Amino acid sequence: MIWFVAALLGMAAIAWVFRFAGQTVTGNAPRFRDMPYGVAYGYVLGTVVVLWLAWAYMQGLSEDTAIANKFFFLRIAIEGFIIFAIAAWLFRILGRTIGTAWSRKMFRSMPLTASFGILTILIYAILAIFAPAFAPYGQEQIIPGVAANIVPGGDVALGGNPDFPLGTDQIGRDIMSRLIYGAQNTVGIAFATTLLAFLLGGTFGFLAATLGGWLDQILSRLVDVLMAIPSLIFALLLMTIASVWAPQLGIPLTVFMVLIIAVIDSTRVFRLARAVGQNIVVMDYIEAAKLRGEGLGYLVFKEILPNATAPLLAEFGLRFCFVFLTIAALSFLGVGIQPPLADWGTMVRDLGGFVNYAQFAPLAATAPLLAAGAIALLTVAVNFVVDWMLHKSSGLKE
Amino acid sequence: MTDEPPLVKIRGIKLEGRSDETWNPIINGVDLTLARGEVLGLIGESGAGKSTLGLAAMGYTRDGVRISDGTVEFDGIDLLTASAAIKRDLLGKRIAYVAQSAAASFNPAHKLMEQHVEGPVQHGVNDRGSSEEDGIELYRKLRLPNPDEIGFRYPHQVSGGQLQRAMTAMAMSCRPDLIIFDEPTTALDVTTQIEVLASIRDIVEQYNTAAIYITHDLAVVAQMADRIKVLLKGDEVETADTRTMLSAPTQEYTKSLWAVRSFERPKKPAVSTGAVPVISVQNVDAAYGKVPVLYDVSFDMHSGRTVAVVGESGSGKSTTARCITGLLPPTAGQIMLDGEVLPADYRKRSKDQLRQVQMIYQMADTALNPRMSIGQIIARPVQFYLGLTGAEKRKRVDALLEEIELEPTEYYNRLPSELSGGQKQRIGIARALAAEPKFIICDEVTSALDQLVAEGILRLLARLQDQLSLSYMFITHDLATVRAIADEVVVMKDGRVIEQGDKDEMFRPPHHAYTDLLLSSVPEMDPDWLSNLLAERGVDNIGDAAVDKM
Repeated sequence: MIWFVAALLGMAAIAWVFRFAGQTVTGNAPRFRDMPYGVAYGYVLGTVVVLWLAWAYMQGLSEDTAIANKFFFLRIAIEGFIIFAIAAWLFRILGRTIGTAWSRKMFRSMPLTASFGILTILIYAILAIFAPAFAPYGQEQIIPGVAANIVPGGDVALGGNPDFPLGTDQIGRDIMSRLIYGAQNTVGIAFATTLLAFLLGGTFGFLAATLGGWLDQILSRLVDVLMAIPSLIFALLLMTIASVWAPQLGIPLTVFMVLIIAVIDSTRVFRLARAVGQNIVVMDYIEAAKLRGEGLGYLVFKEILPNATAPLLAEFGLRFCFVFLTIAALSFLGVGIQPPLADWGTMVRDLGGFVNYAQFAPLAATAPLLAAGAIALLTVAVNFVVDWMLHKSSGLKE
Repeated sequence: MTDEPPLVKIRGIKLEGRSDETWNPIINGVDLTLARGEVLGLIGESGAGKSTLGLAAMGYTRDGVRISDGTVEFDGIDLLTASAAIKRDLLGKRIAYVAQSAAASFNPAHKLMEQHVEGPVQHGVNDRGSSEEDGIELYRKLRLPNPDEIGFRYPHQVSGGQLQRAMTAMAMSCRPDLIIFDEPTTALDVTTQIEVLASIRDIVEQYNTAAIYITHDLAVVAQMADRIKVLLKGDEVETADTRTMLSAPTQEYTKSLWAVRSFERPKKPAVSTGAVPVISVQNVDAAYGKVPVLYDVSFDMHSGRTVAVVGESGSGKSTTARCITGLLPPTAGQIMLDGEVLPADYRKRSKDQLRQVQMIYQMADTALNPRMSIGQIIARPVQFYLGLTGAEKRKRVDALLEEIELEPTEYYNRLPSELSGGQKQRIGIARALAAEPKFIICDEVTSALDQLVAEGILRLLARLQDQLSLSYMFITHDLATVRAIADEVVVMKDGRVIEQGDKDEMFRPPHHAYTDLLLSSVPEMDPDWLSNLLAERGVDNIGDAAVDKM
């Protein structure tokens, strides 16, 4: 604690010296002259953090396994960060050189985060669509003669197997194949659910905004009631009921899950669509269309929808993440996607116990983190793209 | 002028704005010199770079704008190389800024006085107590009602004109050497504008403050400025003393600006008795919820003629238009089209009845769907009402685009955001024409446009009227527009028709007292106009104060 405070104070002193030195050396150039103290402190703090990360990375490469294990995950994170950054950068260069004039222009104004997001989403989409082609084994295939719990990494000395680069799970299924099929199951179902939520919420939201009056009141209050119930608990409750009904009716539980999550999430979409719609409905061009005698369909689909796409698309990205996390959470709790189908949430739950070994056998602990990492990576990627699109659409309005 | 160094000295300033990935010039090397206590008027169309130049005089640029060349000196201090600390000390204390929209510039969460004292206290000019006293003094000098108490109100509790004066008081709070006024009266009614103008002129004179007054209204600048600088697309056209500039402009562009107000249509023969009016508004009362807004409004509009409806904001002009279109069903009375009663609600009207009544809006920006191309916007009514499709539809749209003087091949696929303000307004006109109506409501169609552009629109509307024998209801608060285009005038106040009649009659005294006030509040190009009016009527008998007395 004392060391921490001393370090902060030390940096404060260095920041002052840094700014003063900058002013003296450059002869009071505006850059240093107008630099607030907080900014100088920020530079120093940033440098210290970067130096510490470099030191930690070197520790992670150390010969002594005890020290290396301590910094194992940090090392992986730093390597991952650098690899992804380079990949995103290359992808952006690629986008800038090939493609139509429109797409080249889009890539030119694109920040690195967005190109990382697009690249990641593309890879996920390709993996999900062509899962059988990429996966070396089936998702539920228990490979005969192969041990369970093979450590990822493929290093025989550490308990890996080069045939199973990401290892096997507790009953001997190939984790890489399950991850790839998981993309198909989890992401595919999440996508379908989000689409349904938008169809429901968007349609009713625009109707409420355009027609107003009692329809708006009824729909809005209904949505308020649904939103008042904590969504995960509500989904759990409904899923429990559905799991009784599903076998009786002969409908897969997954269909129920899609419907339930879509309805719960459509309330949020409804709110947004209604708010956006209300802003558009007061515009003069809507009035002009109404006075022309246009019908409701034309108003909603030709006049309102095209002007609401930017915020709705951004919301779609965010909502997709939430739906996706809800599905993972439900699967983790045991009522979502049912085994033997591969699903990232279930994979985290099944292998979760290995996290306890993180201290002394980081490779063993990596197994559940792979699925968790797949979830995190997609969520971050989607959010980067959404941020960028929001920025673009707000820029258009200026 | 003595050899005293100028307060502001701008030399060869160049400003650039970023759009997409390139920097485009906004101002290409303009000089500006301002002596202490002098008021300089900056005029030009929108996009001429007036505001950008005004802000550059403070050493400030908006986001996405940069100063690429030139110098800005304020009282010997180079503002472009000065440190942030020095600039911070100057801005607010010695240089102040009054923005166009006071309502958007005040923080709605704090009382006026709290915002007023912020500057002097922050800059250490005054302590809180004495700056509050000074604030009340300034409010009194700016002739705000209840100067002792108005400072304790929130911005939404005072009117637009009062807010604009409170902002001027705020700018004055540190007794700056320079104030930049950026279109301070553009958003105000004429009767409010005149009060604000008189107050600003007074206080600037009293404290010998130098000012840069930015506006696109020549008549306003003639009242306020000692010297006028005319800008066109980032270049200076000419600079001269106000009187010289008004009486003998040397440049063609300036002359054309001056000549705008000369457009006037020939008088039309009187309507033959017994002719059925295209639209007849008969004893209409209307209310928003339970609040009545129109009382017994009646007037007729005949084929091929223009009826101008004038009045301040809130007088019920636009509400009358909403009753005619059927958006707001009247609570009493009726609207007749060609002698037949129109259903009160637009949803109950037939397609043909809807077609006959079209509307052109004030803000072309919000009147055109930003996601539709020009072709789609105009084609929709063509298809919807006339049932034309394919090549026939395209032919008709092209004809309409030619009608509004835009090249069809060039504009058909453009989006509204790719057009200028005047062009957008033309598209609005084309959309109305596409329905082949008899009657068009023009709701303040020129008030958001520059004078030259507005004149073009007025000429276009006049030509179309002659060709197609259209009938216009022209809602406006600008009497110069009325003079240019109207055949008949209806004056409204507080939801009632105060006076109506032939245009010539209306502009000839004797008037109703309110009409007289409206007419006399419109600034004229004569630089002595405001002084004369003040001398004639007295400061307390102009603008809103006089309206309130009625």
